[in-house]
Amino acid sequence: MTQTLKGTFRLKSGLAQMLKGGVIMDVVNAEQAKIAEDAGAVAVMALERIPSDIRAHGGVARMSDPSKIKEIQKAVTIPVMAKCRIGHFAEAQILEALKVDFIDESEVLTPADEEFHIEKIKFTVPFVCGARNLGEALRRINEGAAMIRTKGEAGSGNIVEAVRHMRSVLGGIAELHDLYKKKQNKKLTLKAKEYRVPVELVNEVAKLGKLPVVHFTAGGIATPADAALCMQFGMDGVFVGSGIFKSAEPAKLAKAIVDTVAHFTDAKLIAKVSENLGEPMRGQEIEKLEVKLAQRGTN
Amino acid sequence: MSGIKKIGVLAFQGDAIEHIEATIKALQKLKLKSEVVSVRSLQDLKAVVGLIIPGGESTVLYTLCERAGMIDGIKKIPYIFGTCAGAILLAKRVEHSAPGKKTLGLMDITVDRNAYGSQTESFEKDIDTNLGKLHAIFIRAPRIIKMSKQVTATALDKKEILACEEQNKHHYYLAACFHPELTTTIFHEYFLKKVFSASLRAPLKRGVAIP
Repeated sequence: MTQTLKGTFRLKSGLAQMLKGGVIMDVVNAEQAKIAEDAGAVAVMALERIPSDIRAHGGVARMSDPSKIKEIQKAVTIPVMAKCRIGHFAEAQILEALKVDFIDESEVLTPADEEFHIEKIKFTVPFVCGARNLGEALRRINEGAAMIRTKGEAGSGNIVEAVRHMRSVLGGIAELHDLYKKKQNKKLTLKAKEYRVPVELVNEVAKLGKLPVVHFTAGGIATPADAALCMQFGMDGVFVGSGIFKSAEPAKLAKAIVDTVAHFTDAKLIAKVSENLGEPMRGQEIEKLEVKLAQRGTN
Repeated sequence: MSGIKKIGVLAFQGDAIEHIEATIKALQKLKLKSEVVSVRSLQDLKAVVGLIIPGGESTVLYTLCERAGMIDGIKKIPYIFGTCAGAILLAKRVEHSAPGKKTLGLMDITVDRNAYGSQTESFEKDIDTNLGKLHAIFIRAPRIIKMSKQVTATALDKKEILACEEQNKHHYYLAACFHPELTTTIFHEYFLKKVFSASLRAPLKRGVAIP
């Protein structure tokens, strides 16, 4: 008998594989979603407010109004993602019922649980989670995340945190890979303890020399050059949040970032698409931010 | 002139690396020599005889090919194999496509995009194909809902067409709604055999003419 399986890890991580080399854009309404799709976004993230507005507005940031998500689902044919609060499994259940294609359990929203993330394995819909370092990434994968994004600092327009987090995750992986090559199994076991994940997962990463799931970056990408920088770090793709719709010419910038990610080593092409994009998002120094979103949900 | 037949994998976006790995494995199994290249420009298509269009977002793949000025170049490639998004791009007709989005329009088939629904409807199961049994992964998969007489089914599940192929004088095309690259090499082996058997009556001289 042939059995049909749904919601398996292979299907969840498989969708992430199909998004590789792509740009995922934050959008708040159907009009922005259309602009993103026309520009060549591989998926859109349906939000009530983009991160820089969440920052400016303050208060508790929650899952979007379902009517907003539906409006965006109707407007585009590419996958639609949506964010839920860290640990808020009821919001996740609602998003799954709305048939979003991916859930981002995101530090950009106000965390609901300071100790636990959602047990993502139980869901049919795949999850992407943020991470600042390898330990966070592996804990999220162990909970069932089918995709990882380095956190960066959302809504800051400043790439420095994304770089810090990419270096940290990649450095952690390189360390494990080195231990694997030197056959230092005991040290790998200690690493698993330090990261609070099963040793099998640590061994898998050590052997592969990369995460076992697709690895994007996020938080602070404001220009094509920022996107190229992240791709050259070896990322599978980028999330662009406030950067696009806080710029002077969203459609043009969106297209330029898509072209850049597709040709991330072609500096001539990137120079060309970077011309006359108008004022980028203003951006802020990380030290001057009142709330550091990346420091949420690190358990 | 060296006669090496290059296999290209469209590499802008999607699971190109998975296809490259499956192609290399298939070449080894068949003991064939070839060069597998990532294709991101018209220049990269030079000497490519067989092209693979991976899974990904069909709208994005087409847009990027168009912006890179590669559409006509791709249409001249004699052998093309597309999976999921790649199958959509090969189709002449697409239902539920985004308004204004085009395809390469090379195979006389009609494809229904995201026919099964959103990601929560994605599924995997064992299927029978003309090439043997395999485990198939369907991710936001399209459905081939019509094919003309010159197209033949390569995989049928009850009456549903899961993969099909079309050959004319100058071209051979293979399309699958699922992702063989994630579970097997038999589709890649089959495609490579077609490329290397040079079964086309008048193969274009070593791929496309590059200006």
